[in-house]
Amino acid sequence: MGSSRSSLRGVPDGQQLLQETGFSAALLLRLHQRFQFLDKDSRGHLRSEDLEAELSENPIGDRIVGAFFQPGQETVDFPSFVRVLAHFRPTEKNWTRDGVQPEPANSRNRKLKFAFQLYDQDRDGKISRTELLQVLREMLGLQVTEEQLQSIAERAIQEADLDRDDAICFDEFRKSLEKVDIDHKMSVRFLE
Amino acid sequence: MAERWRSALLLCLLMAASSLANSETPVSSSTGNETTGTGHETAAITTLPIVTWKWHHVEVPYLVALWVLVSWLCKLVIEANHNVTNYIPESALLICFGFILGGMIWGADKVQTFKLTPTTFFFYLLPQIILDTGYSMPNKLFFTNLGAILIHAIIGTCWNAATLGLSLWGCHQGGAMGNIEIGLLQYLLYGSLMAAVDPVAVIAVFEQVHVNEVLFILVFGESLLNDGVTVVLFNVFDAFVSLGGGAIDAKEIVKGIVSFFVVAFGGSLLGTVFGLLISLLSRCTKNIQIIEPGFIFVLGYLAYLTAEMLSLSSILSIVFCGVCCQKYMNSNMDENSIQTVRYAMKVFANGSETIIFVFLGISAIDKTIWVWNTGFILLTLFFILIYRFIGVFILTWFLNRSRLVPISFVEQIIMGYGGLRGAVAYGLAVNLNETKIKEKNLMVCTTLIVVYFTVILQGVTMKPLVQWLNVKRAATVDLTLVEKVQNKVFEHMLVAIEDISGQIGDNYWRNKWRNFEEKWMSRLLLKPSARKKQDRLFNVFHQLNLQDAMEYVKEGEHRGSLEFIRNESAFVDFKKKFGEDYEEAMPDIMAVMADDQGSAMRRDPVPSVSLEMHEQNMRGLREAEGINSHYLLDQHLYKSRKQHRYRFSRSHLDINQDENEVQEIFQRTMRSRLESFKSGKMGVAPPKTITKHTKREPQPKMPNGRNKPYHSGDEDFEFSEGDSASGYDTSFPMRVGYRAGAGIENPAFMPDLDPSSPLHIPPWLADAGLEVNPVAPSERAQVRTPGHLHRLASLRTSAQPGDTVRDRNLLTPPPPPHRDDDHL
Repeated sequence: MGSSRSSLRGVPDGQQLLQETGFSAALLLRLHQRFQFLDKDSRGHLRSEDLEAELSENPIGDRIVGAFFQPGQETVDFPSFVRVLAHFRPTEKNWTRDGVQPEPANSRNRKLKFAFQLYDQDRDGKISRTELLQVLREMLGLQVTEEQLQSIAERAIQEADLDRDDAICFDEFRKSLEKVDIDHKMSVRFLE
Repeated sequence: MAERWRSALLLCLLMAASSLANSETPVSSSTGNETTGTGHETAAITTLPIVTWKWHHVEVPYLVALWVLVSWLCKLVIEANHNVTNYIPESALLICFGFILGGMIWGADKVQTFKLTPTTFFFYLLPQIILDTGYSMPNKLFFTNLGAILIHAIIGTCWNAATLGLSLWGCHQGGAMGNIEIGLLQYLLYGSLMAAVDPVAVIAVFEQVHVNEVLFILVFGESLLNDGVTVVLFNVFDAFVSLGGGAIDAKEIVKGIVSFFVVAFGGSLLGTVFGLLISLLSRCTKNIQIIEPGFIFVLGYLAYLTAEMLSLSSILSIVFCGVCCQKYMNSNMDENSIQTVRYAMKVFANGSETIIFVFLGISAIDKTIWVWNTGFILLTLFFILIYRFIGVFILTWFLNRSRLVPISFVEQIIMGYGGLRGAVAYGLAVNLNETKIKEKNLMVCTTLIVVYFTVILQGVTMKPLVQWLNVKRAATVDLTLVEKVQNKVFEHMLVAIEDISGQIGDNYWRNKWRNFEEKWMSRLLLKPSARKKQDRLFNVFHQLNLQDAMEYVKEGEHRGSLEFIRNESAFVDFKKKFGEDYEEAMPDIMAVMADDQGSAMRRDPVPSVSLEMHEQNMRGLREAEGINSHYLLDQHLYKSRKQHRYRFSRSHLDINQDENEVQEIFQRTMRSRLESFKSGKMGVAPPKTITKHTKREPQPKMPNGRNKPYHSGDEDFEFSEGDSASGYDTSFPMRVGYRAGAGIENPAFMPDLDPSSPLHIPPWLADAGLEVNPVAPSERAQVRTPGHLHRLASLRTSAQPGDTVRDRNLLTPPPPPHRDDDHL
C-alpha cells in the first residue's frame, strides 16, 4: 500500500479523505482523475455546468448537482466532491456506532439525510408541500395533470406527516422509509 | 368430515367405473337391446336399438375428462381442511392420493392402465404451468437478479449433473451397487436428467412458505432457466450414448457446447418473438374483445411447440414469451380481458399441477417398473443433496463478491434445500430408450423415489426450516406513496451519481433500457391511449385511494349500513379537518357527525349521514335524470388497473374485491379531499371555473359509460377528470399560488389564467389529438359531481353570487356523447 499512498500525493487531503470516506486508495485516485477530467479548465474546482454536462436527461439532475455545492457556494473542490460521493458507498454491515468516530458518510442515516436534502432545497429542515410538489412535477411532469400531482403530493404528505404540521421533517421522513432497504437502493458499486 | 367421506366414496365409484370401462370384458351385451357390445361395430342388427352403449365411441375423451375430474376432486378433498395443508404441502397430499388411486386401479385391473406418459406431460400438462409463471413473473426482480439466476442455472446444473454422474459411476466401480449394467455415459445421462431443479415442485412447495422475494426469485428463476441446460445435457448425452463411447472426440464435445448456446438463446429468442407478436396483436384486438384473452394461450402454446419442433428449449421459449408480453398485454387489453387471462391461467396452471401430482402418485403403483437397488437409490439421494448444497455455497460465494446485497448464509441453506426435483425429471426418465439403456426401470424408479423424497419430505420440512432459521419473509405490505416516490428518486439519483463519477453500472444500463423501451417498443406495441397512462407512481396513488375507499366500505358494511353508497346525497367526510372546517358552517351536520365519532377508522368518517338540506336536490336530480343509483353505480364506475402484488401464489389473486362499490367513494373522497385542503389552506379566492366549463361542452369524444358494460382503460383519465371537475373551484387560485413559489418553470404547466380563452389544450396533449383529453371531465363525472359539495364549498368560502348559478349548470348533464373507440 505504500505505492498508492505515495501516489495520493497529488490528491488534496488524500489521507484524510481515505479515512473519512472509507474509499480505497485506488478508488480515490480514480475519482481524482475523474475530477480532473470534469474540471475542463483545470481550475481545481468544479462548477455546476461541469457536472450537469454529464447528466443525461435526468429529471432531478439539477437537484443532485446542487447537492454537491454547499449553500451559497458556486464551486466544489475535490474533497467536497468525494465526500458527497461517499454517501453512495455500500454500507458495511459491521459498523457499530461507538460515539467516538463520526458517523461515516455511507451510514443509513447520512444517506437518508442526503436524500432529504434533495427535497428540502431551502434547508429549513422540513419538506413542505411546495417542495414535494416540485419534485413530483419534475419526475412525473408530462404525464399527469396539475390536479393529479397535487393529489399525489397531498396524499404523500398525509401518509408521512405525523405531527400534522403539513410538512415532513427529517424524522417523519426517516420513519416513512423505515421499511425500505436504503442501503441497497442508495448504493453504487464503485468500480476501481 | 361427512363431506370428505362422500367425496371419497364418489372417487371410489368413479374408479370402479373407469376400471370397469377399461377392462376388456364385454359389458354391454346385457343392456337389453340387441346390439353388439361395442358401439362402433356395425354388425347386423335385427331391430331398431333405442339406446346403444357407445363406450368406445367416447372412450378417450371420457377417460381424460374423468381423470381431470378425479384429480380435481382430490384437490377438493385436500383443501377441505386447512389444518392439514398448513403442515403438509398440497403437492405431497396429492401424491398420496395418487398412491391410493393407483392402488385401487391396480386392485381392479392388475395392471397399471393409467400412468403419466411423457407425451401427455410435456405437451398437455406442462406448458400452461410454465406460461403462467412467465406471465406472472415479476419482471423487475427477475432481471435485476438475472446474473445470479443464470449462474446458478447454468453452472449449477452442470455441476449437479457432472458430480452426480461421476460420483455414481465411481461408486459403481467401487462395487457399491451390485451388478448393474450402466456405463459412464449412461451415468452422466442419468445425472443430467436428475440435475435440474423443477419449477412445478418449487412453486408447489414455496407457495406456502412465503420467503422473501429475492430468495424466491433466485430459486424459482433457476428452476425455469435451467431447462435450457437440461435439454442440452440430456440430448447431448443421449446422443453420446447412442453413438457409443468410442465415437466421442473433441469435435463432438465442441458441438455439444455450441448446441447449448443455440438451444438456450434460440429458445429465449423464439419466446421473445412470440411475446412481441402477442403484444402487437393485443394492440389490434379491440374489436374482438370477447376472444382477446384467448390469444395468449394459443400463441404461448405455439411458442412452446415451435421451440420443441426446432429442438430448442421449449420451457425457455414459453417463459420468455410470457415475460415479454405481460406488460404490453396488461396495458393494451380491456380490464375484463386482463382479469380473464389471469384467472384462466391460474385455473389451467393449478389444474395441471394437480393432475401432474396425482399421476405422479399413480404411476408409482406399477409392479412392472419396480427395480430396487438399495445402493443406487440411496447413493443418488445422498449425492443429490450434498452436491446441491456444495454447489450453492460455492456459487453464492462467488456471486456475493459482486452483489450489492449479499445472499446470507441462511438464505443459501434454503436455496440448497429448495433444489427440488419433480415431474420433469420423471418425464425425461420415462423417455429413455430402453434398448440403449438396459437399466431404464431402475432409473425410473430412482427418479420417482427422489421426486417423492423432495416433494414430500423436503416439502413438509421446508416451512419449519424456514421458520426455525428465521429467514426473511415476504413483505406483506404494499408500498406507501412516499416510499414509491422515494424509490423513484433513488433510481434517478443513482443514475446521476454513476454519470458524475463516470462509470457504467447497472443503473446506467437499466436507464438506457428504460429509455429505449419507452421510445421504441412502447410506441410500437402499446396502444396510444395505453402509452399515456404508464406511470407507476400514479397507479400506486390510485391504488392507495382505492384501498382507503375499500376500508371505508368495509367499515360501512360492518356497521350494517351501505345506504350511504346508494344514496348519492350522502355526505362523505374523510378527514377531521374537513369536519372542523364545516363546524361553523353547518351545525346540524356536525351534530350528526358527532354521533359517529366513535368509529374506529383512522380518518374519522361519517358514513351514514344524509344531509337533509340537500336530499331534495339530489332526489330532484335523480328524477330529472331518471336513473336510479344502482344503474349509476353499475354503469359509471371507474375501474382502476390494480396491479396485483407479486405474491407469486398459484391460487391467490389479489384482485380488488369491492371495486364496484368502491369507485364512487373513491371519486368523492378525492374530490372532497382536494376541496378541503385547498379551501382550508389556500384561502378563499373566486373560483375561476368558466374556462373549464367551456371545455366540457364541446367534447365530442366522451366515454359513453352508460351503454357499454365494460370500460376500456381510458377510464383512468376520465376518472381523474372527475377530480378536476370538483377541484376547479379552488384549484385555480392554488395554481397561481404555486406558480409563484415554483423553482422550476415548466412551460408545460403554465396555468391557464385567461378565463376567456376557449378550449386551451396544453401543448403536450394537443398532438395526441382529441382522442383523450384528460383535462375535460367525463360526462359521468359531471353527472356525479354532487351539487351539494359545491354548495358546501360556496358556504365555506365566501359565497360568490355566481356560484349557485354555475352549480345548477353542473347539475344538468349534457346529453351523453358518443365516444369513438379509436384506440389504435
